[in-house]
Amino acid sequence: MSTPKVGVLALQGDVREHFAALSAAGAEVSAVRRPEELADADALVLPGGESTTMSKLAIAFGLMEPLRERVHAGMPAYGSCAGMIMLADKILDPRSGQETVGGIDMIVRRNAFGRQNESFEAPLEVRGVEGGPVEGVFIRAPWVESTGARAEALAVYDGHPVAVRQGRLLATSFHPELTGDHRVHALFVDMVRDALD
Amino acid sequence: MSTPSSESPVTPAPGPETGTARVKRGMAEQLKGGVIMDVVTPEQAKIAEDAGAVAVMALERVPADIRQHGGVARMSDPDMIEGIIEAVSIPVMAKSRIGHFVEAQILQALGVDYIDESEVLTPADEVNHSDKFDFTTPFVCGATNLGEALRRIAEGAAMIRSKGEAGTGNIVEAVRHMRQIKGEIGKLRALDNHELYAAAKELRAPYELVKEVAELGKLPVVLFSAGGVATPADAALMRQLGAEGVFVGSGIFKSGDPAKRAASIVKATTFYDDPKIIADASRGLGEAMVGINCDTLPEGERYASRGW
Repeated sequence: MSTPKVGVLALQGDVREHFAALSAAGAEVSAVRRPEELADADALVLPGGESTTMSKLAIAFGLMEPLRERVHAGMPAYGSCAGMIMLADKILDPRSGQETVGGIDMIVRRNAFGRQNESFEAPLEVRGVEGGPVEGVFIRAPWVESTGARAEALAVYDGHPVAVRQGRLLATSFHPELTGDHRVHALFVDMVRDALD
Repeated sequence: MSTPSSESPVTPAPGPETGTARVKRGMAEQLKGGVIMDVVTPEQAKIAEDAGAVAVMALERVPADIRQHGGVARMSDPDMIEGIIEAVSIPVMAKSRIGHFVEAQILQALGVDYIDESEVLTPADEVNHSDKFDFTTPFVCGATNLGEALRRIAEGAAMIRSKGEAGTGNIVEAVRHMRQIKGEIGKLRALDNHELYAAAKELRAPYELVKEVAELGKLPVVLFSAGGVATPADAALMRQLGAEGVFVGSGIFKSGDPAKRAASIVKATTFYDDPKIIADASRGLGEAMVGINCDTLPEGERYASRGW
Protein backbone atom coordinates (compact mmCIF):
# COMPACT_ATOMS: atom_id res chain seq x y z
CA MET A 1 0.00 0.00 0.00
CA SER A 2 1.32 3.45 -0.90
CA THR A 3 2.14 5.99 1.80
CA PRO A 4 0.32 9.21 1.02
CA LYS A 5 2.03 12.51 1.74
CA VAL A 6 -0.30 14.59 3.85
CA GLY A 7 0.54 18.20 4.71
CA VAL A 8 -0.79 19.96 7.79
CA LEU A 9 -1.45 23.69 7.46
CA ALA A 10 0.94 24.95 10.14
CA LEU A 11 0.18 28.67 10.36
CA GLN A 12 -1.31 28.26 13.83
CA GLY A 13 -3.29 25.75 15.91
CA ASP A 14 -3.10 22.13 17.06
CA VAL A 15 -0.70 21.05 14.33
CA ARG A 16 1.29 18.58 16.46
CA GLU A 17 -1.83 16.57 17.37
CA HIS A 18 -2.76 16.17 13.70
CA PHE A 19 0.81 15.11 12.91
CA ALA A 20 0.58 12.33 15.50
CA ALA A 21 -2.88 11.16 14.38
CA LEU A 22 -1.94 11.14 10.67
CA SER A 23 1.31 9.26 11.33
CA ALA A 24 -0.63 6.67 13.32
CA ALA A 25 -3.07 6.37 10.40
CA GLY A 26 -0.18 5.55 8.04
CA ALA A 27 0.53 8.87 6.30
CA GLU A 28 3.83 10.65 5.74
CA VAL A 29 3.26 14.05 7.33
CA SER A 30 4.80 17.46 6.66
CA ALA A 31 4.17 21.04 7.75
CA VAL A 32 2.73 23.50 5.21
CA ARG A 33 3.37 27.21 5.71
CA ARG A 34 4.51 28.15 2.20
CA PRO A 35 3.13 27.60 -1.34
CA GLU A 36 6.05 25.31 -2.28
CA GLU A 37 5.37 23.11 0.76
CA LEU A 38 1.75 22.84 -0.33
CA ALA A 39 2.85 21.78 -3.81
CA ASP A 40 4.74 18.82 -2.30
CA ALA A 41 1.71 17.41 -0.48
CA ASP A 42 -0.83 14.94 -1.90
CA ALA A 43 -3.46 16.11 0.58
CA LEU A 44 -3.92 18.66 3.34
CA VAL A 45 -5.25 18.83 6.87
CA LEU A 46 -6.45 22.20 8.16
CA PRO A 47 -6.10 22.00 11.95
CA GLY A 48 -8.07 23.44 14.81
CA GLY A 49 -7.10 26.93 15.90
CA GLU A 50 -8.44 30.42 15.37
CA SER A 51 -10.06 30.65 11.96
CA THR A 52 -9.63 34.44 11.76
CA THR A 53 -5.88 34.17 12.45
CA MET A 54 -5.44 31.33 9.97
CA SER A 55 -7.32 33.22 7.28
CA LYS A 56 -5.30 36.41 7.77
CA LEU A 57 -1.95 34.59 7.75
CA ALA A 58 -2.92 32.55 4.68
CA ILE A 59 -3.72 35.77 2.82
CA ALA A 60 -0.63 37.64 4.08
CA PHE A 61 1.73 34.88 2.96
CA GLY A 62 0.17 34.17 -0.43
CA LEU A 63 -1.26 30.78 0.50
CA MET A 64 -4.96 31.46 0.07
CA GLU A 65 -5.03 31.34 -3.74
CA PRO A 66 -2.81 28.22 -4.04
CA LEU A 67 -5.02 26.53 -1.41
CA ARG A 68 -8.15 27.34 -3.40
CA GLU A 69 -6.57 26.13 -6.63
CA ARG A 70 -5.46 22.80 -5.13
CA VAL A 71 -8.82 22.15 -3.44
CA HIS A 72 -10.63 23.11 -6.64
CA ALA A 73 -8.38 20.74 -8.61
CA GLY A 74 -9.40 17.83 -6.39
CA MET A 75 -6.78 17.67 -3.63
CA PRO A 76 -8.23 15.75 -0.65
CA ALA A 77 -8.52 17.93 2.45
CA TYR A 78 -9.77 17.50 5.99
CA GLY A 79 -10.50 20.34 8.41
CA SER A 80 -11.34 20.13 12.11
CA CYS A 81 -13.05 23.02 13.92
CA ALA A 82 -11.31 26.12 12.50
CA GLY A 83 -10.34 23.87 9.58
CA MET A 84 -14.02 23.13 8.99
CA ILE A 85 -14.67 26.86 8.79
CA MET A 86 -11.80 27.23 6.30
CA LEU A 87 -13.33 24.54 4.03
CA ALA A 88 -16.82 26.03 4.10
CA ASP A 89 -18.04 27.91 1.04
CA LYS A 90 -19.71 30.40 3.35
CA ILE A 91 -19.50 31.66 6.93
CA LEU A 92 -22.73 32.95 8.42
CA ASP A 93 -20.99 35.57 10.57
CA PRO A 94 -17.51 36.27 9.18
CA ARG A 95 -15.22 38.84 10.79
CA SER A 96 -14.16 41.70 8.56
CA GLY A 97 -11.65 40.47 6.02
CA GLN A 98 -12.11 36.81 6.95
CA GLU A 99 -11.98 34.60 3.88
CA THR A 100 -12.23 30.85 3.48
CA VAL A 101 -10.62 28.36 1.14
CA GLY A 102 -14.05 26.88 0.50
CA GLY A 103 -14.81 23.67 -1.34
CA ILE A 104 -17.65 22.23 0.73
CA ASP A 105 -21.09 23.48 -0.20
CA MET A 106 -22.17 24.46 3.31
CA ILE A 107 -22.78 27.45 5.54
CA VAL A 108 -21.12 27.32 8.98
CA ARG A 109 -21.82 29.28 12.12
CA ARG A 110 -18.71 30.11 14.14
CA ASN A 111 -18.63 29.40 17.90
CA ALA A 112 -22.17 28.08 17.47
CA PHE A 113 -22.02 25.81 20.52
CA GLY A 114 -20.99 28.74 22.72
CA ARG A 115 -17.92 30.06 24.51
CA GLN A 116 -15.31 28.02 26.37
CA ASN A 117 -17.57 27.39 29.38
CA GLU A 118 -19.95 25.57 27.02
CA SER A 119 -17.18 23.51 25.39
CA PHE A 120 -18.01 19.84 25.90
CA GLU A 121 -17.36 16.19 25.19
CA ALA A 122 -20.01 13.78 23.97
CA PRO A 123 -19.98 10.40 22.22
CA LEU A 124 -20.84 10.67 18.57
CA GLU A 125 -21.79 8.19 15.84
CA VAL A 126 -20.01 9.07 12.60
CA ARG A 127 -21.08 7.41 9.35
CA GLY A 128 -18.13 5.66 7.76
CA VAL A 129 -16.35 5.17 11.10
CA GLU A 130 -16.81 1.60 12.33
CA GLY A 131 -16.45 0.30 15.87
CA GLY A 132 -18.78 2.43 17.97
CA PRO A 133 -19.06 6.14 18.66
CA VAL A 134 -16.06 8.47 18.58
CA GLU A 135 -15.35 10.82 21.48
CA GLY A 136 -16.54 14.18 20.23
CA VAL A 137 -14.46 17.00 21.73
CA PHE A 138 -16.13 20.33 20.92
CA ILE A 139 -14.16 23.49 21.79
CA ARG A 140 -15.87 26.79 21.01
CA ALA A 141 -17.02 24.73 18.08
CA PRO A 142 -18.83 25.72 14.90
CA TRP A 143 -21.80 23.85 13.54
CA VAL A 144 -23.13 23.49 10.02
CA GLU A 145 -26.12 25.70 9.49
CA SER A 146 -27.08 24.20 6.14
CA THR A 147 -25.57 22.04 3.41
CA GLY A 148 -26.03 22.00 -0.34
CA ALA A 149 -27.05 18.92 -2.30
CA ARG A 150 -23.49 17.70 -2.85
CA ALA A 151 -22.46 17.71 0.83
CA GLU A 152 -23.36 14.74 3.02
CA ALA A 153 -23.74 15.02 6.80
CA LEU A 154 -21.83 12.15 8.45
CA ALA A 155 -22.72 13.08 12.02
CA VAL A 156 -25.39 15.21 13.63
CA TYR A 157 -25.42 16.58 17.17
CA ASP A 158 -28.32 18.44 18.72
CA GLY A 159 -29.96 18.78 15.33
CA HIS A 160 -26.93 20.24 13.57
CA PRO A 161 -24.49 18.52 11.20
CA VAL A 162 -21.06 18.34 12.88
CA ALA A 163 -19.26 16.14 10.33
CA VAL A 164 -19.64 16.64 6.60
CA ARG A 165 -18.17 15.02 3.52
CA GLN A 166 -18.26 16.22 -0.04
CA GLY A 167 -16.25 14.06 -2.41
CA ARG A 168 -12.63 14.26 -1.31
CA LEU A 169 -13.29 16.89 1.33
CA LEU A 170 -14.04 16.12 4.97
CA ALA A 171 -14.80 18.47 7.86
CA THR A 172 -15.65 18.01 11.54
CA SER A 173 -16.77 20.52 14.19
CA PHE A 174 -14.97 18.40 16.79
CA HIS A 175 -11.33 17.48 17.40
CA PRO A 176 -10.53 13.77 16.92
CA GLU A 177 -6.84 14.77 17.02
CA LEU A 178 -7.17 15.45 20.77
CA THR A 179 -8.50 11.99 21.65
CA GLY A 180 -5.88 9.41 20.70
CA ASP A 181 -8.61 7.67 18.60
CA HIS A 182 -7.32 7.80 15.03
CA ARG A 183 -10.34 6.39 13.19
CA VAL A 184 -11.44 9.70 11.65
CA HIS A 185 -7.89 10.32 10.44
CA ALA A 186 -7.80 6.75 9.10
CA LEU A 187 -11.00 7.50 7.17
CA PHE A 188 -9.33 10.57 5.68
CA VAL A 189 -6.10 8.73 4.81
CA ASP A 190 -8.25 6.12 3.04
CA MET A 191 -9.91 8.93 1.09
CA VAL A 192 -6.44 10.19 0.11
CA ARG A 193 -5.38 6.69 -1.00
CA ASP A 194 -8.52 6.33 -3.12
CA ALA A 195 -7.83 9.70 -4.73
CA LEU A 196 -4.24 8.73 -5.55
CA ASP A 197 -5.16 5.39 -7.10
CA MET B 1 -25.50 0.74 53.39
CA SER B 2 -28.10 2.25 51.18
CA THR B 3 -31.53 0.77 51.12
CA PRO B 4 -32.51 -0.85 47.85
CA SER B 5 -34.93 1.30 45.97
CA SER B 6 -38.05 -0.08 44.37
CA GLU B 7 -37.27 1.86 41.23
CA SER B 8 -35.16 0.23 38.57
CA PRO B 9 -31.61 1.54 38.36
CA VAL B 10 -31.10 4.31 35.87
CA THR B 11 -27.92 4.36 33.85
CA PRO B 12 -27.54 7.92 32.68
CA ALA B 13 -26.88 8.12 28.97
CA PRO B 14 -23.48 9.71 28.47
CA GLY B 15 -24.48 13.26 27.67
CA PRO B 16 -22.41 16.35 27.06
CA GLU B 17 -19.76 16.92 29.69
CA THR B 18 -18.29 20.40 30.18
CA GLY B 19 -15.16 21.54 32.00
CA THR B 20 -13.19 18.33 31.40
CA ALA B 21 -9.40 18.38 31.42
CA ARG B 22 -9.52 17.62 27.72
CA VAL B 23 -11.64 20.62 26.74
CA LYS B 24 -9.66 22.88 29.08
CA ARG B 25 -6.23 21.79 27.88
CA GLY B 26 -7.54 21.32 24.35
CA MET B 27 -8.60 24.97 24.24
CA ALA B 28 -4.96 26.00 24.82
CA GLU B 29 -3.82 23.59 22.08
CA GLN B 30 -5.93 25.65 19.66
CA LEU B 31 -3.95 28.79 20.56
CA LYS B 32 -0.55 27.28 19.74
CA GLY B 33 1.65 29.19 17.36
CA GLY B 34 -0.30 32.32 18.13
CA VAL B 35 -0.09 35.65 19.93
CA ILE B 36 -2.30 36.67 22.86
CA MET B 37 -2.46 40.43 23.27
CA ASP B 38 -3.24 42.65 26.29
CA VAL B 39 -6.01 45.13 25.50
CA VAL B 40 -7.75 47.75 27.65
CA THR B 41 -10.60 48.87 25.36
CA PRO B 42 -12.95 47.27 22.78
CA GLU B 43 -11.18 49.35 20.11
CA GLN B 44 -7.81 47.84 21.02
CA ALA B 45 -9.40 44.37 21.05
CA LYS B 46 -10.58 44.89 17.47
CA ILE B 47 -7.13 46.07 16.40
CA ALA B 48 -5.66 42.92 17.98
CA GLU B 49 -8.20 40.66 16.27
CA ASP B 50 -7.64 42.34 12.90
CA ALA B 51 -3.89 41.88 13.33
CA GLY B 52 -4.37 38.12 13.76
CA ALA B 53 -4.23 37.68 17.55
CA VAL B 54 -5.51 34.24 18.64
CA ALA B 55 -6.95 35.71 21.84
CA VAL B 56 -6.98 38.93 23.85
CA MET B 57 -6.33 39.54 27.54
CA ALA B 58 -8.87 42.07 28.81
CA LEU B 59 -7.47 44.30 31.55
CA GLU B 60 -7.89 47.81 32.86
CA ARG B 61 -4.28 48.82 32.70
CA VAL B 62 -1.40 47.20 30.83
CA PRO B 63 1.47 46.13 33.11
CA ALA B 64 3.58 49.18 32.16
CA ASP B 65 0.83 51.43 33.56
CA ILE B 66 0.31 49.22 36.62
CA ARG B 67 4.00 49.76 37.33
CA GLN B 68 3.71 53.50 36.91
CA HIS B 69 0.51 53.94 38.94
CA GLY B 70 1.44 51.63 41.80
CA GLY B 71 -1.15 50.74 44.44
CA VAL B 72 -3.16 47.52 44.53
CA ALA B 73 -3.86 46.03 41.10
CA ARG B 74 -7.12 44.05 40.98
CA MET B 75 -9.42 42.21 38.57
CA SER B 76 -10.84 44.51 35.88
CA ASP B 77 -14.28 46.10 35.87
CA PRO B 78 -16.92 43.60 34.62
CA ASP B 79 -18.40 46.23 32.27
CA MET B 80 -15.04 46.68 30.63
CA ILE B 81 -14.53 42.91 30.25
CA GLU B 82 -18.03 42.46 28.81
CA GLY B 83 -17.43 45.31 26.36
CA ILE B 84 -14.40 43.47 25.04
CA ILE B 85 -16.22 40.11 24.91
CA GLU B 86 -18.86 41.77 22.76
CA ALA B 87 -16.35 43.49 20.49
CA VAL B 88 -14.47 40.42 19.22
CA SER B 89 -15.11 36.80 18.24
CA ILE B 90 -11.70 35.45 19.30
CA PRO B 91 -11.32 34.07 22.85
CA VAL B 92 -11.14 36.60 25.68
CA MET B 93 -8.99 36.01 28.76
CA ALA B 94 -8.93 38.04 31.97
CA LYS B 95 -6.77 38.17 35.08
CA SER B 96 -7.57 37.34 38.68
CA ARG B 97 -5.24 37.98 41.59
CA ILE B 98 -3.27 34.99 42.85
CA GLY B 99 -5.45 33.11 45.36
CA HIS B 100 -8.45 35.40 44.81
CA PHE B 101 -10.91 32.68 43.86
CA VAL B 102 -13.89 35.03 44.11
CA GLU B 103 -12.45 37.22 41.37
CA ALA B 104 -12.06 33.98 39.39
CA GLN B 105 -15.71 33.07 40.12
CA ILE B 106 -16.76 36.47 38.78
CA LEU B 107 -14.68 36.03 35.63
CA GLN B 108 -16.26 32.62 35.06
CA ALA B 109 -19.73 34.11 35.53
CA LEU B 110 -18.88 36.81 32.96
CA GLY B 111 -18.08 34.08 30.45
CA VAL B 112 -14.39 34.74 29.84
CA ASP B 113 -12.72 31.89 27.95
CA TYR B 114 -9.58 31.63 30.11
CA ILE B 115 -8.61 32.97 33.52
CA ASP B 116 -5.04 34.12 34.09
CA GLU B 117 -4.18 33.79 37.79
CA SER B 118 -1.59 36.47 37.43
CA GLU B 119 1.38 37.83 39.35
CA VAL B 120 0.94 41.11 37.46
CA LEU B 121 -1.94 41.84 39.84
CA THR B 122 -1.31 42.18 43.57
CA PRO B 123 -1.49 38.72 45.19
CA ALA B 124 -4.51 38.17 47.48
CA ASP B 125 -3.12 35.11 49.27
CA GLU B 126 0.51 34.71 50.23
CA VAL B 127 0.27 30.94 50.70
CA ASN B 128 -2.37 29.47 48.39
CA HIS B 129 -3.24 29.73 44.75
CA SER B 130 -6.88 29.17 43.68
CA ASP B 131 -8.18 25.59 43.38
CA LYS B 132 -8.57 25.58 39.64
CA PHE B 133 -10.39 22.22 39.51
CA ASP B 134 -13.37 24.07 41.03
CA PHE B 135 -13.97 25.89 37.75
CA THR B 136 -15.39 25.11 34.32
CA THR B 137 -13.33 27.95 32.88
CA PRO B 138 -9.72 26.89 32.30
CA PHE B 139 -6.77 28.66 33.94
CA VAL B 140 -3.37 29.77 32.72
CA CYS B 141 -0.67 30.41 35.33
CA GLY B 142 2.85 31.77 35.29
CA ALA B 143 6.00 29.88 36.25
CA THR B 144 9.67 30.69 36.64
CA ASN B 145 10.78 27.05 36.81
CA LEU B 146 9.56 23.50 36.28
CA GLY B 147 8.56 22.88 39.89
CA GLU B 148 6.37 25.97 39.93
CA ALA B 149 4.78 24.97 36.61
CA LEU B 150 3.98 21.48 37.90
CA ARG B 151 2.54 22.80 41.17
CA ARG B 152 0.18 24.99 39.15
CA ILE B 153 -0.80 22.04 36.93
CA ALA B 154 -1.41 19.97 40.08
CA GLU B 155 -3.84 22.71 41.19
CA GLY B 156 -5.66 22.40 37.85
CA ALA B 157 -3.95 24.89 35.53
CA ALA B 158 -4.63 23.90 31.90
CA MET B 159 -1.92 26.10 30.38
CA ILE B 160 1.39 27.52 31.59
CA ARG B 161 3.21 30.67 30.60
CA SER B 162 6.78 31.24 31.56
CA LYS B 163 6.99 34.45 33.57
CA GLY B 164 8.88 37.43 32.30
CA GLU B 165 9.10 40.83 33.89
CA ALA B 166 5.80 42.23 32.59
CA GLY B 167 5.62 45.89 31.67
CA THR B 168 9.35 46.39 31.17
CA GLY B 169 9.74 45.71 27.45
CA ASN B 170 12.83 43.75 28.50
CA ILE B 171 13.01 40.12 27.33
CA VAL B 172 15.80 39.04 29.69
CA GLU B 173 13.59 37.54 32.41
CA ALA B 174 11.39 35.67 29.90
CA VAL B 175 14.51 34.11 28.42
CA ARG B 176 15.84 33.16 31.85
CA HIS B 177 12.63 31.41 32.89
CA MET B 178 12.03 29.65 29.58
CA ARG B 179 15.60 28.34 29.61
CA GLN B 180 15.14 27.27 33.22
CA ILE B 181 11.95 25.30 32.47
CA LYS B 182 13.29 23.69 29.29
CA GLY B 183 16.59 22.91 30.97
CA GLU B 184 14.92 21.19 33.89
CA ILE B 185 12.74 19.14 31.53
CA GLY B 186 15.89 18.09 29.67
CA LYS B 187 17.50 16.95 32.92
CA LEU B 188 14.43 14.87 33.86
CA ARG B 189 14.67 13.08 30.52
CA ALA B 190 18.09 11.77 31.50
CA LEU B 191 17.00 10.31 34.85
CA ASP B 192 16.03 6.68 35.40
CA ASN B 193 12.89 5.62 37.27
CA HIS B 194 14.65 5.38 40.63
CA GLU B 195 15.89 8.93 40.39
CA LEU B 196 12.50 10.44 39.51
CA TYR B 197 11.24 10.11 43.11
CA ALA B 198 14.08 12.24 44.43
CA ALA B 199 13.64 14.64 41.52
CA ALA B 200 9.96 15.08 42.43
CA LYS B 201 10.94 15.84 46.00
CA GLU B 202 13.50 18.36 44.84
CA LEU B 203 11.05 20.01 42.43
CA ARG B 204 8.37 20.02 45.17
CA ALA B 205 5.95 18.60 42.60
CA PRO B 206 3.74 15.46 42.45
CA TYR B 207 5.66 12.36 41.36
CA GLU B 208 3.04 11.42 38.72
CA LEU B 209 3.45 14.76 36.95
CA VAL B 210 7.25 14.56 37.14
CA LYS B 211 7.14 11.08 35.60
CA GLU B 212 4.77 12.28 32.87
CA VAL B 213 7.11 15.15 31.96
CA ALA B 214 10.11 12.79 31.91
CA GLU B 215 8.26 10.53 29.47
CA LEU B 216 6.78 13.25 27.24
CA GLY B 217 9.84 15.50 27.22
CA LYS B 218 7.45 18.43 27.61
CA LEU B 219 4.82 19.76 29.98
CA PRO B 220 1.47 17.92 29.81
CA VAL B 221 -0.13 21.29 28.96
CA VAL B 222 0.67 24.04 26.46
CA LEU B 223 3.61 26.31 27.36
CA PHE B 224 3.59 29.94 26.24
CA SER B 225 5.99 32.76 27.07
CA ALA B 226 4.95 36.05 28.66
CA GLY B 227 6.46 39.26 29.90
CA GLY B 228 8.82 41.61 28.10
CA VAL B 229 8.07 40.86 24.44
CA ALA B 230 8.33 44.17 22.55
CA THR B 231 9.49 43.28 19.02
CA PRO B 232 8.90 40.61 16.34
CA ALA B 233 12.42 39.35 17.08
CA ASP B 234 11.57 38.96 20.79
CA ALA B 235 8.55 36.82 19.89
CA ALA B 236 10.57 34.64 17.50
CA LEU B 237 13.32 34.29 20.11
CA MET B 238 10.87 32.90 22.65
CA ARG B 239 9.46 30.49 20.05
CA GLN B 240 12.95 29.28 19.15
CA LEU B 241 13.65 28.77 22.85
CA GLY B 242 10.64 26.45 23.05
CA ALA B 243 7.56 28.58 23.72
CA GLU B 244 4.52 27.32 21.83
CA GLY B 245 3.18 30.86 21.53
CA VAL B 246 3.55 34.27 23.18
CA PHE B 247 1.64 36.72 25.30
CA VAL B 248 2.35 40.35 24.49
CA GLY B 249 1.34 42.86 27.11
CA SER B 250 2.43 46.47 27.04
CA GLY B 251 4.67 45.92 23.99
CA ILE B 252 1.95 46.57 21.40
CA PHE B 253 -0.27 49.37 22.65
CA LYS B 254 2.64 51.23 24.28
CA SER B 255 4.39 51.44 20.90
CA GLY B 256 4.18 53.99 18.09
CA ASP B 257 2.06 52.02 15.58
CA PRO B 258 0.12 49.31 17.45
CA ALA B 259 -1.78 47.81 14.47
CA LYS B 260 1.37 47.35 12.42
CA ARG B 261 3.46 46.09 15.34
CA ALA B 262 0.73 43.63 16.31
CA ALA B 263 0.51 42.16 12.79
CA SER B 264 4.31 41.96 12.60
CA ILE B 265 4.60 40.10 15.89
CA VAL B 266 1.94 37.64 14.67
CA LYS B 267 3.94 36.99 11.48
CA ALA B 268 7.21 36.56 13.36
CA THR B 269 5.54 34.11 15.76
CA THR B 270 4.32 31.89 12.91
CA PHE B 271 7.58 32.08 10.92
CA TYR B 272 9.80 32.14 14.00
CA ASP B 273 12.46 30.06 12.26
CA ASP B 274 12.66 32.15 9.06
CA PRO B 275 14.98 35.16 9.59
CA LYS B 276 14.06 36.71 6.22
CA ILE B 277 10.39 36.91 7.15
CA ILE B 278 11.24 38.18 10.64
CA ALA B 279 13.46 40.85 9.06
CA ASP B 280 10.60 41.99 6.82
CA ALA B 281 8.23 41.97 9.76
CA SER B 282 10.67 44.16 11.71
CA ARG B 283 10.82 46.99 9.14
CA GLY B 284 9.26 50.40 9.67
CA LEU B 285 7.46 49.70 12.91
CA GLY B 286 8.10 53.07 14.50
CA GLU B 287 8.98 53.49 18.14
CA ALA B 288 9.06 50.38 20.33
CA MET B 289 7.89 50.82 23.89
CA VAL B 290 10.47 52.40 26.14
CA GLY B 291 12.07 49.61 28.12
CA ILE B 292 13.04 49.29 31.75
CA ASN B 293 16.29 47.73 32.82
CA CYS B 294 15.30 44.84 35.10
CA ASP B 295 18.49 45.16 37.19
CA THR B 296 17.34 48.55 38.42
CA LEU B 297 13.93 47.30 39.58
CA PRO B 298 13.61 47.21 43.36
CA GLU B 299 12.72 43.76 44.74
CA GLY B 300 9.16 44.83 45.63
CA GLU B 301 8.46 45.80 42.01
CA ARG B 302 9.48 42.46 40.53
CA TYR B 303 6.34 40.61 39.46
CA ALA B 304 8.03 37.33 38.51
CA SER B 305 8.90 36.57 42.12
CA ARG B 306 5.22 36.69 43.09
CA GLY B 307 3.72 33.18 43.29
CA TRP B 308 5.61 30.12 44.48
